[in-house]
Amino acid sequence: MVPTNYLIILSAVLFLIGVAGVLVRRNVLVVYMSIELMLNAANLAFAAFASAFGALDGQIAVFFVMTVAAAEVAVGLAILVTIFRTRQSVDVDSLHQLKG
Amino acid sequence: MDFLMNPLNLMTFFPLVGVAIILLIPRERKDAIRWTAVITSLVSFFVSLQMLMAFHAQNPGFQMVYDKVWMKTGGFEIHYALGVDGLSILLVLLTTLLTPISIFSAWTAIEDRVKEFAIAFLVMEVGMLGVFLALDLFTFFVFWEFSLVPMYFIIGIWGGPRRTYSAIKFMLYTMVGSVLMLVAILWLGLSQGTFSLPELLAKGSVPAHLQTWLFWAFALAFAIKVPMWPLHSWLPDAHVEAPTAGSVILAGVLLKMGTYGFLRFNLSLFPEASVRFAVPIAVLAIIGIIYGAMVAYAQKDFKKLVAYTSVSHLGFVMLGLFALNARGIAGGILQMINHGISTGALFLIVGIIYERTHTRDLSAFGGLWKIMPIYGAFSIIVALSSMGLPGMNGFIGEFTILMGAFESPVLGPAFAISAALGIVLAAVYILVMLQKVFLGPVKEKNLSLKDLNWREITVMAVLTVFIFWIGLHPAPFFNLMMPAVEKMAGGLQAAVLAMH
Amino acid sequence: MFFSEVTNQAGTFFYLAPWAVFFPVIGLLFNMAFGRKIGEKGVAMVAVAASTLSFVVAVLLWLSLRAQPEGTVIPLASWMTVVDVSWAFRVDTLAVTMMLVVGGVGSLIHLYAAGYMHYDVRYKGDPGRYGRFFVFMNLFIASMMLLVSGNSYLMLFVGWEGVGLCSYLLIGFWFEYDTKGNLSTENAKAGKKAFVANRIGDFGFMAAMFYMFTVFGTLNFDKVFAEVPAVASANPHALLIITLLLLLGVTGKSAQIPLYVWLPDAMAGPTPVSALIHAATMVTAGVYLVARSHVLYDAVPAAQHAVALVGALTALFAATIAVGQYDIKKVLAYSTISQLGFMVAAVGVGAYVAAMFHLIAHAFFKALLFLAAGSVIIALERAHHPLPEDGGAEGEHHGNDPEGFDPQDMRFMGGLRKVIPVTFWTYLIGGLALAGIPPLVAFFSKDEIIAEAKSADALVYWLLVTAAFLTAFYIGRQIFMVFFGEARSHAAEHAKESPWPMTSVLVTLAALSVAGGLLNWPRPYLAEWLGHTLGEVEAAGLNPVVAGTSATIAVVSLLLAWWLYGKRPLESAGQPDPLKRPLGWVFTGMEAKWWVDELYWAVVLNPYVALSRIAAAFDVRVIDETVNDTAWLTDFVGGKIARWQTGFVRNYALSVFVGVLLIFTYLLWR
Repeated sequence: MVPTNYLIILSAVLFLIGVAGVLVRRNVLVVYMSIELMLNAANLAFAAFASAFGALDGQIAVFFVMTVAAAEVAVGLAILVTIFRTRQSVDVDSLHQLKG
Repeated sequence: MDFLMNPLNLMTFFPLVGVAIILLIPRERKDAIRWTAVITSLVSFFVSLQMLMAFHAQNPGFQMVYDKVWMKTGGFEIHYALGVDGLSILLVLLTTLLTPISIFSAWTAIEDRVKEFAIAFLVMEVGMLGVFLALDLFTFFVFWEFSLVPMYFIIGIWGGPRRTYSAIKFMLYTMVGSVLMLVAILWLGLSQGTFSLPELLAKGSVPAHLQTWLFWAFALAFAIKVPMWPLHSWLPDAHVEAPTAGSVILAGVLLKMGTYGFLRFNLSLFPEASVRFAVPIAVLAIIGIIYGAMVAYAQKDFKKLVAYTSVSHLGFVMLGLFALNARGIAGGILQMINHGISTGALFLIVGIIYERTHTRDLSAFGGLWKIMPIYGAFSIIVALSSMGLPGMNGFIGEFTILMGAFESPVLGPAFAISAALGIVLAAVYILVMLQKVFLGPVKEKNLSLKDLNWREITVMAVLTVFIFWIGLHPAPFFNLMMPAVEKMAGGLQAAVLAMH
Repeated sequence: MFFSEVTNQAGTFFYLAPWAVFFPVIGLLFNMAFGRKIGEKGVAMVAVAASTLSFVVAVLLWLSLRAQPEGTVIPLASWMTVVDVSWAFRVDTLAVTMMLVVGGVGSLIHLYAAGYMHYDVRYKGDPGRYGRFFVFMNLFIASMMLLVSGNSYLMLFVGWEGVGLCSYLLIGFWFEYDTKGNLSTENAKAGKKAFVANRIGDFGFMAAMFYMFTVFGTLNFDKVFAEVPAVASANPHALLIITLLLLLGVTGKSAQIPLYVWLPDAMAGPTPVSALIHAATMVTAGVYLVARSHVLYDAVPAAQHAVALVGALTALFAATIAVGQYDIKKVLAYSTISQLGFMVAAVGVGAYVAAMFHLIAHAFFKALLFLAAGSVIIALERAHHPLPEDGGAEGEHHGNDPEGFDPQDMRFMGGLRKVIPVTFWTYLIGGLALAGIPPLVAFFSKDEIIAEAKSADALVYWLLVTAAFLTAFYIGRQIFMVFFGEARSHAAEHAKESPWPMTSVLVTLAALSVAGGLLNWPRPYLAEWLGHTLGEVEAAGLNPVVAGTSATIAVVSLLLAWWLYGKRPLESAGQPDPLKRPLGWVFTGMEAKWWVDELYWAVVLNPYVALSRIAAAFDVRVIDETVNDTAWLTDFVGGKIARWQTGFVRNYALSVFVGVLLIFTYLLWR
């Protein structure tokens, strides 16, 4: 039985890697993967707490997150493809039309 | 089915049936689209006549009420509630009358995007009718905002060269008022525990300290819509840029939403505040009357002239409402109808000549009565009704209003006399307009202008009938509203007595 | 119809009263709908018939009233329920007297116009407008009948504004020309001026009605009059205000100082219009109003005095201007203002019967003078450029007329008595009647006024006597300039007498001007008749001293006119007026109408125009600019703040991350 603390720390590390990925990388695909990483870090934390408290709520939340993540990826990738078609690039820094 | 059995619901939402049909018609078949729109709005008109038949004039309360819970949140119920009473019935009829007329009048003027145009008008009718019929503050607000959107598109898409500017100005200016009104509605609803107008009325007066704030919050929203001086500057821009049919509805109905709001909310819900602030509002109204007349006189653009006359005429309406007695209010309501008919007709007149000459410059015309005798005759009748000649509708409204203001305990002779000056000034701007457009020698380039066609004659004739009907025999119109007006005046009278 | 019924059951005809209004309305609607189809003759017949039927109604009412002189009220329909006023017709001796004048003179002038307009529409080049003229004329008869037969101030007001509208429409009938027939907006402006001046008066009338309703609680004549004694003792101030406001209305409609300026310009209308509306009937509405409200005025001596003074001053002031005019119709216009001043002064001194008598007399002789003047003008026009039916080619002009020829300018006339004799003789009768030569009608009526004024107020008396002197002088001057001496233009030499519809009317009116005096002398029929309504029978009779004085004044004045204008007539159109040298700047003032129009422009109109322009500029530069500036400020601030939105996703993500950290820190350290 792995102690819950370890799992939480692993989750935090994964989350920070995800954050760093989002903030540092320019390729949208990599940004997506980093976001997935963060989501899964959260999933890990949910699952850990669920087993620690012996309750099912956390595990259910994991399923929700996975579903949302799947949906998000589907939409996100569709947008990504469209952006690539129009701009021939998936560099996030080239997408700054919302600049005020 | 229960929903549609109520004539108010049927009348309000029937235009959406037309919208659905129009969506199915290919956009090339313009005449089919136009006919569908006209017929749909005529059906609404006939339903409104049916409502008139079912209306009991002696009953001062709300009738044909349809009330269903719409949303429930945090212990509050928001209702979808419609009903009609003596204060609103004439405005409802005016709306159902003017909508087909304005669609009909745009037959040849609008050739571009006919489908969207027809849809915009029908959707707008839904909004306008909802505003006049709503019995729940929330329902009212929803319809109030709802009616704004189609007009925004009508000005913004089919308007003149500065249409975008005018449409945005119209939208934003009105929204500024609406936002405050929304806050006031929430405040009022939360403090009184209900959003329902009949319940609020039954509960009696709102506490005095609240009244002041709520009065002004509502008043600002409505004053912008009326528009009262000095919040009127969106109006000339909107009118000048709007297509003719849009101007007709804007002047004929949308502005009445402001005066109706004053009547329905400020006067009935905040009687003490109304008494306290009657004088400042009446002063603004009189400034509007005189100022509107003077600025109208100085205009060089036909349509702008007519637009400014609205500022003047609606000053009369406001003066009547804030006379706070039965005559003033009755005159105010009738004047709303009169203004809808006469100014609507004036905008049609401007539109008719604009369609032929593509100019609205007053100096480009002259002697048109000679070239277009039927047009000239109708125009002179309408213009005279607008300047309040006895025997025509404008006089009845203005006279009743001034009489009400004169004997009002809060206003008095000085107000009535200064407002009556506006009638002299009205003669000045109307006669100058008639002279510049219809009298004098004919310009060479205007020699080949065609007189009215049957469609235009029909439209003008319908409005002319009402001009004389109200002028010669206004009793049926007054009878419809008097019980409700007297009930309201009674409440205000009590407030006046309590204050003095 | 059964005449026995008329005499036996006279009351049965009262119910016809509304038809005095309905007949002309039917006529105008018919002509509006079918005018183009039935042709000139048809239009004229319908219009004349409508007007005549209206007159017949008045006659039937008169017959009925002889049996039942107290009259009655005929209710028709509800109207303004909010102020308790309904459509109801009042049949009493005062109303029916006015109806008879309006219907009688109106029908005669309709007949005359049927002939006159035939030429007029052709000279103006728009024969299609013949029908429109009669539509307006019938509308006028209807409005005027409404005015005199209404049973409340509000209904009177409807007619009051209605006649104002007809006046506007008919003054500007030839809206694309000026009075000389050049393309211009002059006529249209004259109509506008009349309407606006009337509206200023109507403003007073309306304000009076507001006060009245507040004080009396009603606008119905009977109810108001019944309350007057009570109000007079309780609230005399209110009565004074009401009567003075009504006086403002009177000065507008009856062309008194200070609002008279519209009437001379109103001569832009075709001559029958000048005769009917701006001489015989509409402008006397103010006199009728005061007579109708005599109960009110009798209760307020101060207001009466104001009325008398306004009338007398106007009588004199307008008479001085009439002396200096050259336009044949302008002279008559100022004469009308002056004579209206006599009537207003009469009602002011409480001589209601005398005022009504003069009103009727004036309707006869001034209508006659105007119509005869119209006949003169048409005669000159026909000689100046003959129509095809007079043997001329289309659009032909005779070049032998002097430069700047104007068929209305008396300086281009002269010697017309020989070429148009019927017009001359009738004109002469009308002129002598106006001058007050016995035994013509105005001798009696004017004399009654002056006699009453003498016993009431010395100032009014002297003003009126001076005005009477000038009256005889200016009409003498006109007659000598127009009809005597030698022709001063080709047109005057070859003038053609007018056709029978016109001359027969002239002769009828001339007969009435001669015999009209019988109305109130030697037996005071009119005083007895009107006494039923006005409540007092004046034993006026003929005051031999006053009568002798005024007759002498008239004769002396006419002789003076003959000495100046008849003995040595003008020889050419360009010659200066013989009065110019002896009177100097005074005559210049008379010629220039004492610069009153210029004064009004400088004091009222130009400032209003300027103020309107300022207001319009203010609207754009200040009010709208404030709105736009608010929008600009929002835009500006928004623009500054928008800099924070870099558009880079990573910046946003970083700020989200920092935000999350801050929230966590806050939660942990709380």
